[in-house]
Amino acid sequence: MATSSPVQIQPVETYRNERPIPFCPGCGHSILLDRLDAALRQLQLDPTQVVIVSDIGCVGLSDQYFSTNTFHGLHGRSVAYATGIKLANPDLHVIVLMGDGGVGIGGTHVLNAARRNIGITVLVFNNFNFGMTGGEHSVTTFSDAITASTRSGNLEHPLDVCASVAVNGAGYVYRGSSFDKDLPQQMAAAIAYDGFALMDIWELCTAYFVPNNHFGRKEMLERIESLGMETGVLQHLPANEYSRRLHALTERFAGQDTMPVKALTPAFNSPLDHKFHLIIAGSAGAKVRSAAKAIGYAGVLSGLWATQRDDYPTTVKTGHSISEIILSPEEIRYTGIAKPDALVLLSEDGLKKVRHRLTTMTPDDIFITTPEFADVETAARKMILRPGAGDVRITRTNRSLIVTAAALRLLKLFPIAAYEQAIRRFQARFADENLKVVAASAGLLEE
Amino acid sequence: MSREYVDGATAIARGALRAGCNFYAGYPITPATPILLHMLRELPKVGGIGIQAEDEISAISMCIGAAMTGARPFTATSGPGISLYSENIGLAIMGEVPLVIVDVMRMGPATGGATTTAQGDVQFIRWGTSGGYPIIALAPSSVTECYTLTQRAFDLAERLRTPVFLLPDKELISSMATVDVDEYVDVPVGQRPLVNAPAVSGVSAVTGRPDARLRPEESYLPYDFDPIDGIPPTSPFGGPQITRFTTSSHDEHGFLCKDPEKVGRLNDHLRLKIESRRAEIEMGELVRHPDASTLFISYGTTARAMREAVDIGHQSDQPASGLTLHTLWPLPETLILEAVQGHQRLVVPELNHGQYRHEIEWLIYRHCARNGLVPPEIVGLNRVDGGLITPEQCLQAIS
Ligand SMILES: Cc1ncc(C[n+]2csc(CCOP(=O)(O)OP(=O)(O)O)c2C)c(N)n1
Ligand code: SF4
Ligand SMILES: [Mg+2]
Repeated sequence: MATSSPVQIQPVETYRNERPIPFCPGCGHSILLDRLDAALRQLQLDPTQVVIVSDIGCVGLSDQYFSTNTFHGLHGRSVAYATGIKLANPDLHVIVLMGDGGVGIGGTHVLNAARRNIGITVLVFNNFNFGMTGGEHSVTTFSDAITASTRSGNLEHPLDVCASVAVNGAGYVYRGSSFDKDLPQQMAAAIAYDGFALMDIWELCTAYFVPNNHFGRKEMLERIESLGMETGVLQHLPANEYSRRLHALTERFAGQDTMPVKALTPAFNSPLDHKFHLIIAGSAGAKVRSAAKAIGYAGVLSGLWATQRDDYPTTVKTGHSISEIILSPEEIRYTGIAKPDALVLLSEDGLKKVRHRLTTMTPDDIFITTPEFADVETAARKMILRPGAGDVRITRTNRSLIVTAAALRLLKLFPIAAYEQAIRRFQARFADENLKVVAASAGLLEE
Repeated sequence: MSREYVDGATAIARGALRAGCNFYAGYPITPATPILLHMLRELPKVGGIGIQAEDEISAISMCIGAAMTGARPFTATSGPGISLYSENIGLAIMGEVPLVIVDVMRMGPATGGATTTAQGDVQFIRWGTSGGYPIIALAPSSVTECYTLTQRAFDLAERLRTPVFLLPDKELISSMATVDVDEYVDVPVGQRPLVNAPAVSGVSAVTGRPDARLRPEESYLPYDFDPIDGIPPTSPFGGPQITRFTTSSHDEHGFLCKDPEKVGRLNDHLRLKIESRRAEIEMGELVRHPDASTLFISYGTTARAMREAVDIGHQSDQPASGLTLHTLWPLPETLILEAVQGHQRLVVPELNHGQYRHEIEWLIYRHCARNGLVPPEIVGLNRVDGGLITPEQCLQAIS
């Protein structure tokens, strides 16, 4: 593979540094680090374009013995850092070294990286236990195995790491052991693969798993067989690498203007000389908020300051939807409403939420609603509107708009043309339909 | 005069884009989701990358990974999600990662009220990861400040190589407000110190001079800070240098290190790089009334009600002063102590049980005790039922 650094002319003789590897005698991790160095030598990757991302555990010490870029992160999260690195710079060769413990706690990252087929290489240093913390069991510990935390034998079933990622879209999957003769070649192939590659490499923790289970090379290789697990390259799909696909998607939008300020220059006049508090109370899913939102735009188009706060349940299509709007000739600081000057009630859901507001209203305030709520108790002046009187068919979704528009005609906060302009500009997709409704709202007042 | 009718989420996303953000990873959560959707939609336009991660742990991990390639990462979440960010916040502090994190405060604890506003994460953000190291947190109290303080957050994160939090509340994020467009004043956003020189064996790419500390594969020391509060220059993964990053206590090479002298110096560095820059980090706005005996100190949405009360008070013979804090962490001690001068009573309105008031109490009581002064009365004005503190409640607290 080509190297991209102009200063590097000599072949890289080693990707290891001079620091002695600290693992226990016979630890499988030491073998795997040697094999990784051999694989990198075969590939002759530019060390500045390689990032070795290590997890936690004994395996998490590994990055320090390489002379490439390195990233030593949190327990189980190595794949997520690697994903971020690869997404931001798809040209990098990102190699994750993680233990079976890391696969357990960070399983979701492994599965999701496989599913995305993001071009990172994950080498699982699988020694069937947590080496660093004293030999506790992990997700890959065999049933019956003795570990520090399963003194009477493990009751849990071991995770088949390869099968889990393979069935979920991993491009390249390999299972083997630290004793595989061709491990450097196999690692090189996995690293050279463009998409997501995972190698589940079984090896020995000589400090814990080996003595606890009278376990050695022979027992390990027999175990692979008795579990019916296949070895070698288990899956090799055409790579359709994720980070490059995402960058390609991105390029389609390059250079477009991003979030320009939508400046409004007043084109209408408002007679309002004081702060006006308006509440619209209806049902979720009935377009209360969009009818309300156009009021704020219309206000600003009429030289006013506007605010709107909404209250609705997390299930956006059922229950109440309350919009509190303030319009003022002066800047508005506090956005809450203590007592509305006008309240538009559209439904039973809305009534439940605003009953306590209606009792605070005085005869100076206006309560606008439809005939079914004519008897609701309030001291406010009542205006009853009859949607359906005009020539537009009333539906669940345009009912809020027609009543709101009629209410605006009554309240005269700004010319209705400002509301129409707001709809044209900010709700362009439904403008034709909505403008018809606004026009028809005049009919509600003729009654 | 041009105005915009807009919500805080839009202003934050726009601020991030103007600040040069080019990487976003997040996970949907009310009320922070609009920021995720804005960033996913807009980043491609500036050649950036946005992704919905599999969970919040992954979201912040991806941001940190991206940051080390030189990207300007950004993420936003709310209570349950910020809780999952915790461990990686520590990693970002330790590895000195520039990262802007928005925590839109909604009512807690736990799932709490997804669509209900609150200001309950103020102390969580300060102490949100193990070890007890400082972070920076800014709190906008208007849509305009959502824009400017987001940019400021990027500036501080980049220049100081540290996670910076933006702490708006749900109310500010989702409510529509009117902004005078002239108030969208861009904040200059700096850059982390970078190593750009080519790699030459034995010569420091930072100083251009031979450096005996360099290892054979190194041409700069990724965690070399001098003076102790200096920001170590860094080289992105993929650049001309080899860079080591680690979550563990480390030496100047980025190797795991237990040497007490080096570890102690590193940990002091992580504290001092923020402490020594308090003057530029501390931000707030004081409205002082010459006849006031009461001073309000508030932040976020609550500061809006407080400011309205101060304005009404001016007109109705109930004089009060008001300090709106834009920086919550580090505690803006100088600003607060200066503002307190001349007031006999302090009122701290906030949508929690008094989390920030406790900070102000110890600051002022300590200050008064040390200087033989009589401390002012300090009272809280608190609400935790999901409703906003009102200007009327503030007015009643003026004496
Ligand atoms: C969040 C978190 N929980 C627990 C630990 C403690 N811990 C350190 S290493 C380790 C297990 C590592 O096991 P494995 O990944 O298999 O690596 P090995 O030591 O076997 O190489 C644990 C649980 C930690 N560092 N972080
Ligand atoms: S404890 Fe086990 S995994 Fe860790 S170094 Fe020793 S043998 Fe290797
Ligand atoms: Mg292990």
